[in-house]
Amino acid sequence: MRRKSGHWSPLLTGTPQIGRATNPFLNSNQFMVYRYDFENFGYTHKGKLMPFKRKDLLGIRDLEAHEIEHILDLAFSLKEINTRPIKKVPTLRGKTVVHLFYEPSTRTRTSFDVAAKRLSADTYSITASTSSMVKGETTLDTLKNLEAMKPDIFVIRHSASGTPHRLAQRTSASVINAGDGMHEHPSQALLDMMTIREHKGRIKGLTVLILGDIAHSRVARSNIWGLSRMGAKVVVCGPTTLIPMGIEQMGVVVSYRLEDVIAAADVIMVLRLQTERMQQMLLPSLREYAVCYGLNAQRLESAKRDVLVMHPGPINRGVEISPEVADGPRSVILDQVTNGVAVRMALLYLLGQRYEAGPEN
Amino acid sequence: MQNFLFRRGRVIDPARGIDQVADVLVVDGRLMDIQPDLKIGMDWLANVHQFDMDGKWIVPGMLDMHVHLREPGEEYKETIASGTRAAVAGGYAGVACMPNTKPVNDTAAVTQFILEKARQEAACHVFPVAAISRGLQGEHLTEFGELRESGAVAVTDDGRPVMNSLLMRRALEYARIFDLLVISHAEDLALAEGGLMNEGPISTLLGLRGIPNAAEDAMVARDILLAELTGGRLHIAHVSTAGSVRLVRDAKKRGVPVTAETAPHYFTLTDSELLSFDAVFKVNPPLRSAEDRESVREGLADGTIDVIATDHAPHSLLEKDTEFEYAASGMIGLESALPLVLELVRCGVLDASKAISKVTCNPSKILGVPMGTLNPGKAVTLTVIDPKVDYILDCKSFESKSRNCPFHGRQVQGRVELTLVEGKIAYSRS
Repeated sequence: MRRKSGHWSPLLTGTPQIGRATNPFLNSNQFMVYRYDFENFGYTHKGKLMPFKRKDLLGIRDLEAHEIEHILDLAFSLKEINTRPIKKVPTLRGKTVVHLFYEPSTRTRTSFDVAAKRLSADTYSITASTSSMVKGETTLDTLKNLEAMKPDIFVIRHSASGTPHRLAQRTSASVINAGDGMHEHPSQALLDMMTIREHKGRIKGLTVLILGDIAHSRVARSNIWGLSRMGAKVVVCGPTTLIPMGIEQMGVVVSYRLEDVIAAADVIMVLRLQTERMQQMLLPSLREYAVCYGLNAQRLESAKRDVLVMHPGPINRGVEISPEVADGPRSVILDQVTNGVAVRMALLYLLGQRYEAGPEN
Repeated sequence: MQNFLFRRGRVIDPARGIDQVADVLVVDGRLMDIQPDLKIGMDWLANVHQFDMDGKWIVPGMLDMHVHLREPGEEYKETIASGTRAAVAGGYAGVACMPNTKPVNDTAAVTQFILEKARQEAACHVFPVAAISRGLQGEHLTEFGELRESGAVAVTDDGRPVMNSLLMRRALEYARIFDLLVISHAEDLALAEGGLMNEGPISTLLGLRGIPNAAEDAMVARDILLAELTGGRLHIAHVSTAGSVRLVRDAKKRGVPVTAETAPHYFTLTDSELLSFDAVFKVNPPLRSAEDRESVREGLADGTIDVIATDHAPHSLLEKDTEFEYAASGMIGLESALPLVLELVRCGVLDASKAISKVTCNPSKILGVPMGTLNPGKAVTLTVIDPKVDYILDCKSFESKSRNCPFHGRQVQGRVELTLVEGKIAYSRS
């Protein structure tokens, strides 16, 4: 397969399915060596091409390292489109993308929408407030009805963990998980990894500190899977009440004191603290949280000089992060947003091109 | 013709200490004799159905002391007729039905309705269990005396715990007057709040809110203390944790009047099933860790857990085919329990006699109902089991109206051949 200019040919040549490890906490392929094949735009492993050939993108946990690498490489090459005077390519012309959002979202939905439109796909947004969801139609019925209109890709966000996974089994269209409950937010983790790679040149060998409400964070979970699979060391830090039971089994180091772990970090990912955590008896006050775990300029002095400060947004200024840090020189928060569009273009591209390769051989 | 001769079956009647190969003669629906190589005259033979029982087990009719029949109120999930048909197909000759129907079984009228309906339509014995509190609200006691008089065999708020400790104390005290069993659904609602599955590494991985073991253990501990205080007969329903097993074991050693049951899913499955996000595995209490499963098996083996009940909880696709978070909790179990009990025998957790006691004489003794043993001279109630046959469980073939069976597609061994209830064939596989 040859790469044509201005068009990325999909790689759907038949390769053996990579066996998944049965232990959900381990990935047996973690240490395999993959070589990137620029000619064919995919990865080779032991001489075999390992293309991206999934119907859905549901989580980072099921992705192999070479697939993450593939998505990030593609995102980097697509990023340039966003800086052109005319920010549109015809790649997904005639494809239909439906954004099915059961939870409020500005950033993620807009980012997917911008990404899809820049690839010339037609997009439709359905949100909880504007649809029959309020009339009591089940999620599955909504999906089936929309599917009858023959879309190519569903981008689904839902407050209940696992919903995109179950829906994906019931539709022949591709499903991209845009965040499910406290479970996964794969596109966010991918854009985070892209931002880290962009600024640090690599992911392998870095120490990434994820700070704050780990228990309720799908961003944390997806990043833990992705970063550790890509060879980074992940440290999670937060109050005991917000660190979930057994998180160590996901391969992270746990700390309850920011002072102990801040110095070793190459990247600090600050998570949003939702104010309803106070009602759930998880924290005594926002004030105490800010004192113990808020990232401020003084705390940052004990960090590495070139540490990256990241945040998935939206920010609670003055709670988990102080304004001078959020807007400071180490912050790459807005780069994350920029890269978000590129990563989502890559995902839409990979899934949108799926059928054009014809039947698997 | 209700004359049967079962030839060379392995008769297991734990209540009478019988476990031997013998012939069983039933005349006119009554059990006449159990003897090896029974000799009967030629004139008799013509009038007797003979069954070759080689390799098969003959056990007293099984009793499931924890079943949701859903009638009255949710007949689209199950009815007394369909639920008892499922029971006899699973080898059960009797079921105790839980009170969380619509309306709740908290008055004599509802108990009488269930019994009347059962008289007309049920394929096996039905023993109503009434509510502890009016409307399961946990505020006022129901009229235990009248409920007992109408046929209730126990009281429970199953599906919900009795959160008010004083009410639970009063229930245990008051139940003593009528010798009613008090069944505890042990769950601290505050600790379990918002929980969807067992709290542990798997719930962390899946981002599903967890229910800690302590939510069950704390209430088991409380109820044991209250049973000790009051002398009321306490039965812990659906034990799922290592902590509960330990607490019940210690309480029994101290002589507290407590018994306990578990369900096949707690000694067979673990929370790793949830990795599929399939709501068929959603149940309350939740599937626990492998260590808990091991403790439950130990509890069964050492007699801490007296009974295996199914907690048969039918739900339709409306409740189950939805987001995991919004799906109802519960699994059906009547038609899959037996092969799973036999699995325990095969892997050496229980011997055959002990296993059978947990579905026959133990529950009948705890509930105080006249079942659980093969009484000569009485109308016969028995179950014939083929313990060797291999097959794949297929919930589409079930008699139950619902299909929420977590064991669908499982390779199992052993099934029910025949269920006799009060001298009549209630179920025959062939």
